[in-house]
Amino acid sequence: MFEYIWLVPLFPLIGFLLIAFNFRRFKGITSGVLASVMVLIPFLISLALFSNLVAGAPARTVELFSWISFDKLSIPFSFLVDRLSVLMLLIVTGVGFLIHVYSIGYMKEDAGFNRFFSYMNLFVFFMLLLVLGSNYLILFIGWEGVGLSSYLLIGFWFKNQEYNNAAKKAFIMNRIGDLGFLLALFLLVKTFGTLNFEEIFAQLSSVPIRTSTITIITLLLFAGAIGKSAQIPLFTWLPDAMAGPTPVSALIHAATMVTAGIYMIARSNLLFVMAPITMMTISVIGITTALMAGAIAIYQNDIKKILAYSTVSQLGFMFVALGSGAFTGAMFHLTTHAFFKALLFLAAGSVIHALHGEQDIRKMGGLKDKIPVTFWLFLIGTLAIAGIPPLSGFFSKDMILLGAFHVSPVLWVLSVIAALMTAIYMFRLLYVVFWGKAAVVENPKHPVHESPKSMTVPMGILAVLAVFGGLLGVPHLFGGEDRIQTFLGTNFSASESLLKHSAATSEGQTELWLMIIPLIIILGLIYLAWSRFVKNRSIAQDEPERSFVANLAYRKFYVDELYHEIIQKPVAGLSSFFHDVIEVRVVDRFVDQTGVFIVWIGRNIRYMQTGNVGAYLFYMVISIILILFFNLFNK
Amino acid sequence: MQNLQIIPLDYYIFFCSALFAIGVVGVLVKRNALVIFMSIELMLNSANLLLAAFSAYRNDPAGQIFVFFIMVVAAAEVAIGLALLVMIYRSTHTIDINVLNKLKW
Repeated sequence: MFEYIWLVPLFPLIGFLLIAFNFRRFKGITSGVLASVMVLIPFLISLALFSNLVAGAPARTVELFSWISFDKLSIPFSFLVDRLSVLMLLIVTGVGFLIHVYSIGYMKEDAGFNRFFSYMNLFVFFMLLLVLGSNYLILFIGWEGVGLSSYLLIGFWFKNQEYNNAAKKAFIMNRIGDLGFLLALFLLVKTFGTLNFEEIFAQLSSVPIRTSTITIITLLLFAGAIGKSAQIPLFTWLPDAMAGPTPVSALIHAATMVTAGIYMIARSNLLFVMAPITMMTISVIGITTALMAGAIAIYQNDIKKILAYSTVSQLGFMFVALGSGAFTGAMFHLTTHAFFKALLFLAAGSVIHALHGEQDIRKMGGLKDKIPVTFWLFLIGTLAIAGIPPLSGFFSKDMILLGAFHVSPVLWVLSVIAALMTAIYMFRLLYVVFWGKAAVVENPKHPVHESPKSMTVPMGILAVLAVFGGLLGVPHLFGGEDRIQTFLGTNFSASESLLKHSAATSEGQTELWLMIIPLIIILGLIYLAWSRFVKNRSIAQDEPERSFVANLAYRKFYVDELYHEIIQKPVAGLSSFFHDVIEVRVVDRFVDQTGVFIVWIGRNIRYMQTGNVGAYLFYMVISIILILFFNLFNK
Repeated sequence: MQNLQIIPLDYYIFFCSALFAIGVVGVLVKRNALVIFMSIELMLNSANLLLAAFSAYRNDPAGQIFVFFIMVVAAAEVAIGLALLVMIYRSTHTIDINVLNKLKW
């Protein structure tokens, strides 16, 4: 079974090539169906692998061929099939398949239908490579590849220059992080002489290595994760990335690609636990991002932007878990987040589809009865992300909060505040969009309509997963088995035993209170949101008076403006200096003057060319005589 | 071979130099293309004579073989050159080189 692992990334690659080379020939929904099948087959293979692993098969490295080999360094092209990678495989192919099916309905009328699906399959291929790679280099190939597909898909509607700018922004911001990743790779090779996960982790326990080296390596790796997973200070690309079609936002910018940073750190958990400074940095950046993005999300008015900031906030949450050493919690939240955030994005896409491209929530309202299926699905997603038991978000969020509590109560309080923000912005969104009166005048030619089956069915499946996904990790407190902990235990047990506080299992009483206190506040906040946005309908139609903090959040803390001032402007100024002064006045002038000089010489000596044969003969004889004398006297 | 050496080598050299100079002056001062052509032949033959003379004095046949080569090249050159002159004459009805001054700045 394990030998056939190479089939998993192969199918999406074939799908990409087939569609890319036939994209003028495929008519109708052919390419969509083909692309979906090419993701479904890897999903089935992954399911088989998963059941094998659950049955107790050990993790295995499958070497396809020896790739780079010189001196002492050898990098095989091999795939690592263990519990962590199979979990990611299931998420990528499972959620990916559902979103592919959804896209068939969503993108049906788009002229770029075939192009869209070729990009989607390309993305899945690279994502699978990222997840499966058994060394950092293959992971890096996938890492860069998903960045490329993300760029292509954000700028999918390339006729809009703003969308192109968003795509470029995403690409460049990712490059900054990738530089860190690349430097980390070099340091890894220098320190360990290998890039294979297993060999590096084996050396960690046997060979003494300076903590400072590991701290630098992990910080650089984390820089890569910051770029890819949209954390402070590189998070501004993700909200702009919403320029892409909504299924893209669901698949790439919510469920899979942005979680690559989480996966990478969870994969390198042994490396990270050896560097306490890095762990603390991760926690601090994670919690800051979660709070900041949550605050921004509360004041946004674009349905996709709210979800985007929510994603940033949730990713921050996962980083808090990683920083606290709760790797299982991070992977668990990654899984449930993939379910409910994909669901929310798809439902938002369904709303946008129903309203023919409207994204401003101030123009929505009263959609509860007009598109009931979408409403119920959106409600499930909202409840799940807000952490209402027994939906999936509750359990995963609880696992993270518990992990944070073990590190420090302050971190716990801040995480709870971030969780409360989630409830506020999600219920604000829900109430404003689905309750109240319709603010937009309906166009009689295009009535508001429910989405087709190909869109609602995948959403339904995701909703089921969002509801029951949490049952993977019901804590022992509730008589659950905490199956995800057991499942991923082999991956994380070594590092968790290294952390001091992991031994301190809190008594049931504390754990229960830690769950109940936030829950009560969340319920209170939901009621507060109800009274504010449904009873009084205080969603501003125009620009209202805002308090200082609210204005700050509404303007996204002026981060974009800040970057514009301190980075973009100096760089642009420097560029224009190089252009106006160095290029135009020095380089261009030199080149121009050379030409002018040559032309001047030519203009003056062309009179030698008289056209008179006698003159030429004279020149010739004179020259020959001169050469003769030259040779005579130059002996 | 011995007969040639009765005359000292210096004579040959002076004679050939004079012949060559006459050729050069002819090329420079004449306007008729055919005469220029003949002057060039004169220069070639002065070189030939010198080669033959040296060959005889040094008992080295290589110089005479070289003369044959020059004759062949000269013959080929004459064939092409005369053909060119005929063509020029047909189009301009003259072979005065001062008339052929169209190719200039």
